[in-house]
Amino acid sequence: MIRFILAKLARAFLTILLVVTFAFVVLRLSGDPAQVLLGPDAPQDAVDAFRARWGLDDPLWQQYLAYLRQILSFDFGVSMRDQSPAIDLVLQRIPATLALTVPALILKLAIGIPAGVYAALHRQSVADRGVIMMSIFGFTIPSFVLGLVLVLVFAVRLDWLPSGGQSSWRHAILPIATLSIGGIGILARFSRSAMIEVLGQPYIRTAMAKGLPWREVVWRHALPNAAVPIVTLIGFMLGALIAGAVVVESIFSWPGIGRLIVVSVANRDLAVVQCLLLVIAASMVVANLLVDFSYGLLDPRLRAKPAH
Amino acid sequence: MSFVSIRDLTVAFDGVPVLHGIDLDIDRGEAIGLVGESGCGKSVTWLAALGLLPGKARVQGSVRLDGQELIGAPRTTLEGVRGARIAMIFQDPSSSLNPVQRVGRQIGEGLRLHRGLRGAQARTEVLRLMDMVGIPDAKRRIDLYPHEFSGGQCQRIMIAMALAGQPDLLIADEPTTALDATIQAQILDLLAGLRRQTGMAMVFISHDLGAVSAVCDRAAVMYAGRIVEANDIDSLFAAPAHPYTHGLFRAIPDLEAGRARLRPIEGTVPDPRALPAGCAFAPRCDAASSLCNSYAPDLKDQRSGGAVACFHPVQSSLRHMTQQEVPA
Repeated sequence: MIRFILAKLARAFLTILLVVTFAFVVLRLSGDPAQVLLGPDAPQDAVDAFRARWGLDDPLWQQYLAYLRQILSFDFGVSMRDQSPAIDLVLQRIPATLALTVPALILKLAIGIPAGVYAALHRQSVADRGVIMMSIFGFTIPSFVLGLVLVLVFAVRLDWLPSGGQSSWRHAILPIATLSIGGIGILARFSRSAMIEVLGQPYIRTAMAKGLPWREVVWRHALPNAAVPIVTLIGFMLGALIAGAVVVESIFSWPGIGRLIVVSVANRDLAVVQCLLLVIAASMVVANLLVDFSYGLLDPRLRAKPAH
Repeated sequence: MSFVSIRDLTVAFDGVPVLHGIDLDIDRGEAIGLVGESGCGKSVTWLAALGLLPGKARVQGSVRLDGQELIGAPRTTLEGVRGARIAMIFQDPSSSLNPVQRVGRQIGEGLRLHRGLRGAQARTEVLRLMDMVGIPDAKRRIDLYPHEFSGGQCQRIMIAMALAGQPDLLIADEPTTALDATIQAQILDLLAGLRRQTGMAMVFISHDLGAVSAVCDRAAVMYAGRIVEANDIDSLFAAPAHPYTHGLFRAIPDLEAGRARLRPIEGTVPDPRALPAGCAFAPRCDAASSLCNSYAPDLKDQRSGGAVACFHPVQSSLRHMTQQEVPA
C-alpha cells in the first residue's frame, strides 16, 4: 500500500514538473514580455533594461534552472506589472472562482447522476428519452453560446438577473447555471450508460433470483458497481474546479482565476502565468490522486494487494 | 397435484417465439434434467417462470407452484418465491457474484430476506452454509471478495447462497459448464449430496447427458423451444425414442469403441425466426416423412412409459441395432 501511494505521488510530482517545464518553454518562445508591457514604441534602452531586470537575456536553460530553484524554495516570483508576489495574486482569486465552480459541481452531481440513473431504470420511457435529449442539448452547446443566451434571456429580455459583476449572490446565478448545465448533461449520459451496463450483468440477475426487492437490487448491487466509471468523470470535474471557469468568468466579468489567466497571458506576465499553471496542474493532480485512491475503496479488485 | 406444474408456457422475444408451449411437472424432491443444445429454451423456461426475463419478453401460459400461479403474478409475490421457494444458480459463477460485495454478505442477504436472520446469527449460519458446500477455512474467507475465489469455489458460494433461503426447488442452470472437468465432477457430487441431505427438488439444466445422468432421476430433452422427449433416466439412456435424442447418444464418444468416427447430427439448429412449418427437427431427421414437414407432433405419453413428440419414434428393434453397433 505504501509503495502504491509513493508511486502515485512520484508520478504526480513528475506530471507537475512536466507541466511547469512545458509552460516555461512555451511562454518564452511565444512572445516578448518587454514588447507587450512597454509597448511597441518603447526606446531600445528601456527594453534592454527591462530584460536585464527580469533576467530575460540569460540563455534559456539558465533561466529554467533559476526558475526551478525558485519554485523548489516556494518562491513563485513577482508580477512584472505591479511587483506583487505572483502566488498572492493567484491565491486571492481562488475563492471567487470556487464560489462559482463548487455550487456548479454540486448541481452537476445532484441533478446529473439521479437523472441518468432514473433514465437507466426506466429505459425507453418518455422520461428516458427526455433525459437523453436534455443531456445532448446540455453538453453540445458550448459554454460561451449558452452563457450569452442566458444573458440575453434572463438579463436583457426578462431583466430578472444581472448580466455580470460580483456584487451579490444574484450575480452568481447565471454563471453557475452556465457552468453546470453541460456537466449535468455529461453526468446524466454517463450515469445512464454505466447503470445500463451494470443492470445487464449476471450478478444483477443473481440478486433478483435471490428474491431481493428491486429497490435493494438497485441500491446494493447496481449502484455500487456503476460508481467506478462515474467517479472517474467526477474526478475530471474536481480537477476543473479551479481552472474550469475561464470562459464563463470572461463572459460574466467574474474576477476569478479564469479572468486572471486571460489577462496575464495577454500581458505576458510570465511569473503569474507560470504560477497559475502550477496551481492548476497541482489541483488536477490532486483530483486524480483522489480518484485513484477512491477506486480502491469502490472496487476491491482494483485495490493494491497488501505486501505479504 | 405436482409441486411445480408448467402448462403451455410460451415465450417470445420481439415477436419471435423461442418457447412453443412447454408442459412439465416436477414433484417434491424430484431431480429432473433439462437437456438440449444452447438456445433451445432450457434456461428461458425457468427465467420466465421466475419473472427474470427482460421486459421485452412476452410470456404466456401457466406456471403453478403448489397451485399458485406465477406467470403474471405481482412483483412482490415473485420476490417471495425467488430464493425462498425456488432458488437458481447460473452458468458463469464468477460473474454471477457481485464483484464489490463480500461473499459472506451476499450469502447473508438470503438469510435476512427469507429467514429473518441478522448480525451474529446470520454470520454463524453463513459459516455453516459455506462449510456445507465445501469451502475450506470459511471463518477466514467469509469476508473475502468473489475475485479471491476460484471458479469452482464461486459456484460453491452460489450454491450456499441458493441454500440460504431453504428452497423447495433448486434450478441449476448449466452449473458446471464454465468449470474444468475435475471441478465439474466435484460440483455434481456436491449437488447430488445436498439434494439427499435437504430433500429439495432440483432441475438440472445442461447439454451434458453424462452430468444429467449423474444427478437426475428423470430428464426432458428439448429442441428448438419444445420438449421432444421425456422419460426416466434409465429408460431414456437405454432406449431413446426421439430421433434427436437418439442422435445425441450416437454423438457421444465411447471409450471402448476404438477409433470409430463419431456420428454427429447433420445440419444445425433452426433459426427461431425461420422455423420449419412442421416438426422443427424434420430437416435434420433421417426418418422424416411428408407428414413431419407439415405438422408438428405433440408430446404424447408412450405405452412403454415416457413421452415423445414424434410421428416416427425410433423403433425398439432399431434401437436394439444401435446398441449392437457399439460393442459392449
